[in-house]
Amino acid sequence: MINTSIIIAGFGGQGILFTGKVLAYAGMVDGINVSHLPSYGPEMRGGTANCTVCLCDEPVASPLVTRPDMIIVMNQPSYDKFKGSVKKGGKIFLDSSLISEYSEVEGVETFAIPATELARDKELNGLANMIMLGKVLKETGIFGVPEIEAGLKKAVPEKKAHLIPSNISAVELGMSL
Amino acid sequence: MSEKVLMKGNEAVAESAIRAGCRHFFGYPITPQTEVAAYFAKRMPKIGGTYLQAESEIAAINMVLGAGGSGARAMTSSSSPGISLKTEGISYICGSDVPCVIMNIERGGPGLGGIQPSQSDYFQATKAPGHGDLHVIVLAPSGVQEMADITYNAFDLAEKYRMPCLILGDGILGQMMEPVELPEPKEISAEDKPWAACGHENKREHNIINSLYLDPAELEQKVRARYERYAEIEKNEVRFEEYKTDDADIIITAFGATSRVAKSAINTAREMGIKAGLVRPITLWPFPKEILAKLADRVKAFLSVEMNMGQMVDDVKLAVNGKKPVYFFGRTGGIVPTAEEIVAELEKINGGAAK
Repeated sequence: MINTSIIIAGFGGQGILFTGKVLAYAGMVDGINVSHLPSYGPEMRGGTANCTVCLCDEPVASPLVTRPDMIIVMNQPSYDKFKGSVKKGGKIFLDSSLISEYSEVEGVETFAIPATELARDKELNGLANMIMLGKVLKETGIFGVPEIEAGLKKAVPEKKAHLIPSNISAVELGMSL
Repeated sequence: MSEKVLMKGNEAVAESAIRAGCRHFFGYPITPQTEVAAYFAKRMPKIGGTYLQAESEIAAINMVLGAGGSGARAMTSSSSPGISLKTEGISYICGSDVPCVIMNIERGGPGLGGIQPSQSDYFQATKAPGHGDLHVIVLAPSGVQEMADITYNAFDLAEKYRMPCLILGDGILGQMMEPVELPEPKEISAEDKPWAACGHENKREHNIINSLYLDPAELEQKVRARYERYAEIEKNEVRFEEYKTDDADIIITAFGATSRVAKSAINTAREMGIKAGLVRPITLWPFPKEILAKLADRVKAFLSVEMNMGQMVDDVKLAVNGKKPVYFFGRTGGIVPTAEEIVAELEKINGGAAK
């Protein structure tokens, strides 16, 4: 049984929409119902980007979610905007390299991951998003690495397929945290 | 059917149109439907089709009139302010009995408004998509798969009745990605259309595509003949979805993306003991009056939920015909009603008039 909604948010360029796409593809390959709703508009240029992913055994009712089961946030404005929206019993995954001001939210588990620093130290440049995703997999068990790898293969155009192994390394690093 | 792919609604519409044999797209960019044009721009040159970015929306719709008049499958798409510009051409296309497909991925209005999702062009689409006595078939998908399927069938419908089919979507449907199984490609020939102005080579009388009739008697006859076709459409083409209506006390009416939020609200309300159900019109014109009239004998109340200040609710009231109260809840300007807000409305109705 799976019925979960995830908001992923951060700066444009951090691979926010891509992370959502990988999750959606992983779900699709896994045979469950998925939706991926990006924010669109002028706020995407240099500002914040976010997307909502729904993963569900049943057909996805509303792709627009105001009370997500979890959020993956990769900058301070996104954390500030979405931390109060998470359902009771839900989870917050935040990139503590970029979010300095955070506190426990009652009834919600918070996981602080220094993903951007880790990506830099481990020569996984630009893959902080995948490190975050790895941690999400570890804490929620929604998918294993094989599903994510299958999702990546669908989400990445052929000419960029050589980047899949480094993406998987980043996911595995996140899972080890 | 082909393998499932994850696509934006806008892209699924474009690919599905190509698979339906559409080889002519004329448009002008506007958020949030620009991906439609971008997709056609990429694909059309590779398959011998025409992608043309016109100098304006008005030019684009008149190119559709020309291409459609020659029997080709032609399409244009835009968003609210752009559709307003196209209305003159839409009227000419209706007056010329030319089939075509038009899509409106609505954004907040009036005026330039905003770029976030809206359904505030319901009146325009269903009542007055152009001047004169006319209708266009209005189709309202609620997901990416349905956007693909509806587009594929819209070309057949448009040709069957020789009139425009308008696909009414919104920013959510255009922008969101869902898995979609695309329909099988088909080839279309203009030669199957005896009315088309596609070259007669002196072998038959020439066909004239025209909407000017200066003799009132002739014009009245033309319009009446068209309305006989409209009556056929009202009889044959009404489509809707029912969701948990069997034992419902309160029926929500909602279309497009709003119907998805309504389903979430219905599921929550049912956990609270409120028996709610949904009627989702898939054709906005012709409007599914009969099912609402039938339900009005059985249920306690109706609630129309829309992304506007109350437009479809008028058609719901006409269908319910005073038999039961019809309530309205809407958000506008690019704000989408939340499931929580809809549940609160259902609670109010359940605790009040409907108890």
